[in-house]
Amino acid sequence: MRAIRECRAARSLWYLAMPLAAACATASARPGAQTPAPADTTSVGRPQYPSTYRRHANPPVVIRNATIMTATGQEIASGSILFRDGRIVAVGTTVNAPADAVIVDGTGKFVTPGIIDDHSHLGVYSAPGTDAESDGNESTNPVTAEVWAEHSFWPQDPQIPLAIAGGITTIQALPGSANLIGGRGATLKLIPARTVQEMKFPGAPHGLKMACGENPKRVYRSRGPSTRMGNMAGYRAAFIQAEAYRQRWDKWNRNHQGDAPTRDLRLESLAEVLRGNILVQNHCYRADEMALMLDLGHEFGFTIRSFHHAVEAYKIADLLAREGTAASVWADWWGFKEEAMDGIHENAALLQAAGGRPVIHSDSPSGIQRLNQEAAKAMQAGIRAGIAITRDQAIRWITANPAWVLGIDSIVGTLEPGKMADVVVWSADPFSVYAKALQVFNDGWLVYDRGDPARQPRTDFELGQVPWAGDTR
Amino acid sequence: MIALVLAQTIAITGGTVFPITGPKIEQATVLIRDGKIAAIGTSVAIPADATRIDATGKWVTPGFIDGAGQMGLVEIGAVAATREAVLRSDSIAAAFNVAEGINPASQVIPVTRVEGITTTLAVPSGHLVSGQAVLIDLDGATIEQMLVKTPVAIVADLSEGTKDEGGGSRAGVAQRLRAVFRDALEYERRRVDFNRSQIQPLAASEANLEALLPVLHGELPLVVIANRRSDIQTALRFAREFRLRLVLAGAQEGWEIAAELAQAGVPVLVEPLNNIPSYDALGVRYENAARLIRAGVKVVLLETDTHNSRNLRQQAGNAVSYGMTWDQALRAITLTPAEVFGVADRYGSLDVGKVANVVVWSGDPFEFSTAVEHVYIRGREIPLRSRQTELLERYRSLPPTY
Repeated sequence: MRAIRECRAARSLWYLAMPLAAACATASARPGAQTPAPADTTSVGRPQYPSTYRRHANPPVVIRNATIMTATGQEIASGSILFRDGRIVAVGTTVNAPADAVIVDGTGKFVTPGIIDDHSHLGVYSAPGTDAESDGNESTNPVTAEVWAEHSFWPQDPQIPLAIAGGITTIQALPGSANLIGGRGATLKLIPARTVQEMKFPGAPHGLKMACGENPKRVYRSRGPSTRMGNMAGYRAAFIQAEAYRQRWDKWNRNHQGDAPTRDLRLESLAEVLRGNILVQNHCYRADEMALMLDLGHEFGFTIRSFHHAVEAYKIADLLAREGTAASVWADWWGFKEEAMDGIHENAALLQAAGGRPVIHSDSPSGIQRLNQEAAKAMQAGIRAGIAITRDQAIRWITANPAWVLGIDSIVGTLEPGKMADVVVWSADPFSVYAKALQVFNDGWLVYDRGDPARQPRTDFELGQVPWAGDTR
Repeated sequence: MIALVLAQTIAITGGTVFPITGPKIEQATVLIRDGKIAAIGTSVAIPADATRIDATGKWVTPGFIDGAGQMGLVEIGAVAATREAVLRSDSIAAAFNVAEGINPASQVIPVTRVEGITTTLAVPSGHLVSGQAVLIDLDGATIEQMLVKTPVAIVADLSEGTKDEGGGSRAGVAQRLRAVFRDALEYERRRVDFNRSQIQPLAASEANLEALLPVLHGELPLVVIANRRSDIQTALRFAREFRLRLVLAGAQEGWEIAAELAQAGVPVLVEPLNNIPSYDALGVRYENAARLIRAGVKVVLLETDTHNSRNLRQQAGNAVSYGMTWDQALRAITLTPAEVFGVADRYGSLDVGKVANVVVWSGDPFEFSTAVEHVYIRGREIPLRSRQTELLERYRSLPPTY
C-alpha cells in the first residue's frame, strides 16, 4: 500500500517503470471562513491528544539589509526585520535593534516567511521506507475517518531534517489516498522533537483527508467501491450517518438528558467536518470530479478547503474561485496515471488569474526540500504564457496560501508584526535554482543554520549510520 | 519531406555560444546545414539562403542528453498497456532490445523536447539483467528515424531491487550474475557442443548468452545500477574479473569511494536530487556528483523521471548548488553522456560536422526564469508545441471552446 503515497516511480528504483499511484486528500471548511471559528459544540469535551508544543528560547534577532519578501504584497529591498520571543516585532526599511539582539547581515540575501507544505507524508511514510515505516494508509476499509495521522507520526523520520534545511517550518502530515475518507491530518511545527505532541501546531484544526478517483476504486476493486459512482455513494453514505450522529450529540450536549450517545470515532471526525471544526483536504485530480465533490459539500453543508493535486484545477478555475476552495498542486507532475494526464505547468498561474487560491505542495519527501524552486517553476511558466503573476503571489503559494488551507493564516504565512516568527534567510533569490536556505527560524528559534554543523539537527536514525557526521546529506 | 527540411540552412547569430569542447564564445554564429553544424565562431560567412535567427543576448548550447528514463517506452505510468520497458519473467534478458517498443507518437516526446532535451536514453528495467538500452533523438516519425545508437549498453541491476532474482541475497545475485557471465564464455567456446546438446544446461538461454558476448569482450558497456557502497564495489570486482567496460548508474554512495572509482576509470550516472536514505543507500546525499567529479570521476547527470525528463536542467542547477562548477554541470548533460554512450563523434558539442541538436535559451539554461526560444534536432526547427501547450490554449479563457 506504500504505492498510494507516492505518485511516481520510486526514485531508488530509477530505471523501473512500475505503476505507482498518488496519494492524498481533500479538505473542507465552512464557506467563507478565513480561519475556522471555535467549535460551538463538539461531540466529546475531553482532551484530544493536546499539543505540548513549547517555544524554544532564542535571543531577539535582527536581519538587516536583506530583500524581505513579506507575502503581504510587499517586497522590501534593503529591508530589515526584528523578531523577539517568537513574534515578529517590526518589518521595514529600518528597524530598531534591541541591545541584546543577534544581528544578521542580510546583504545579498533574501528573507521569506517559513515555508508551509500543506501536503506531506513525512513521519507517516518515513525513511528508510520499509513496510515497518508504512503507516500512512489504513487501507482496511474505504472509510476510516477514525484514524489520525498523528498517531502514526514518527518524529525520528530522517526526512524531517532534510525538509527543515529546505526552509520548511510547518507541514500538514496527511494519511494517504487509498481510502475515500482516509482519516485526520495533523498540522505540525517542523522541529526536532521526541513526541508528536511537541510538534502539534497550537490551535490548528485537524484536516480530514478524502480521496477521489483512481486510488480508492483500485484499492477496493474487489469489495467496492470499484467505480467513481461507487466512490460518490461511499462519501454520501458516510455523511448521512454523520449527520444523524451530530444531531444525537448536539441534542445531548444541549440538555444532558439520559445516557450520552455512544462514541463513534469515525462519525465523530465527520461530525466535526459538518460543524466546521475540521477542514476537508481532498485528493482529487480531474475537473469533473472536483465539481462533484463541491456538490457533495453542498448536499451536506460543508466546504472543501483545498483540492490536493488538482492537476485539472485550471479547467474549472472560475468555479474554484467562486466556491472559495483552494487548489494545492505540483508545478509539473503529470503522466503517472490517467487522471494525471492533463497536468500543465500553468495550472497554478491560471488559477491565480481567475481569482483562486493556488498552493504549491509536495506530497514528496524530496520535493518538500525545494518548494521554493517548484513555486518558481510554476510562476515562470505563467509569466511565459502571458499571465501576470507577481513574485508576491508566487511566494504566497508556499506561505500564506497553505497557511489558509490549514486554518492558521492568522498566525503564520506572512512577515508582519504580530505573526509567529517563522522566518527563512536565503542565500539568494529563492526563485533561483541556486538559492539555498541558510537559516531557518521556527517560532523565533534558530532550528537550522547551514553554516553551523551544531545547528543541523540529526535524527536518532542517522546516528552511526551516515558517514562524515556534520556533513549535510 | 524530411530531406527537404534537412536541406535548410540556419544561421543562429549573435548569441553567447557554449561549444562545450572550448570556452564560450560571445556574439558568435552557429551555422546549421543539412542537419549538421557547418560552422561556428565570430567570423562565420552566412550564406544568402540561410534562415537567420537573431540570438543576440541569448545563450546557445548543444541539446541536452538525459541518460535515463523510458522515453517512448512508457506513456502512462499506471497503465500496463502503455508500458514496454520490462520484459516479464526473464531475469537474464540480455537479448531484450527496447528499440521496437518505442512509440514515436508518444506525447511525452514533444513535452520534453520543447524544454531543450533533444536526446535521451531509453532504458529497459526490472531485472538482474534487464536488456539493451538505446539512444534516441526526440524527433522522427519512425523508430529508425529516432535511433541514434542501438544498443548503447546492456543494463544490469545490483541494487536491492533485484535481490529476489538472486534468491533474496546480494551474494546470490552476484553469484548468479557470475555464473551467467562464465556460461556465456563457455557457450562461446563450445557452440558446437551446445548445438548438439552435449553440454550441461547453462545459466541463461542461448540468445541471452550470445547477447552478453559483446559485453564480455569489452565491446559494449555494461551499465550497472548499484547504490550501496558494497554493491558498487561488487560491480568494480566484476569489471576486473571480466574486463568489462563498466558504467555505474545510481551510485548513491559513490562519493564514499570516489578515489576508487576515479582510479578504476568508471563513469558514473548520477541523479543529483537524491538524498532520501534507504537501506540501499543510507549515505545518499546531494553532494555526490560534485565529490565524484572532484575526485576525477567522469560524471553524467540524470533526471530519471521519464515524464519530467525536462527537469534535467533543474537537476544540473542543483548539482551546481551542491558543489559542481557550472561548466562541469553543463558538460555532464551534453558531451559527457555522448562520450559514455559512445556517440561523442556525432553528439554532445557544437563542433563542425556534428549533428545539429542545438537549443537557444533566453539566458542561463539552469534557471527557472529562462525560456527555451528555439530547439533544433538534426537541424530541424522543432515547433514549440505539445499536448500541454494545446491544453493551455484551450483553457486559457473559460469556458473553453471544444
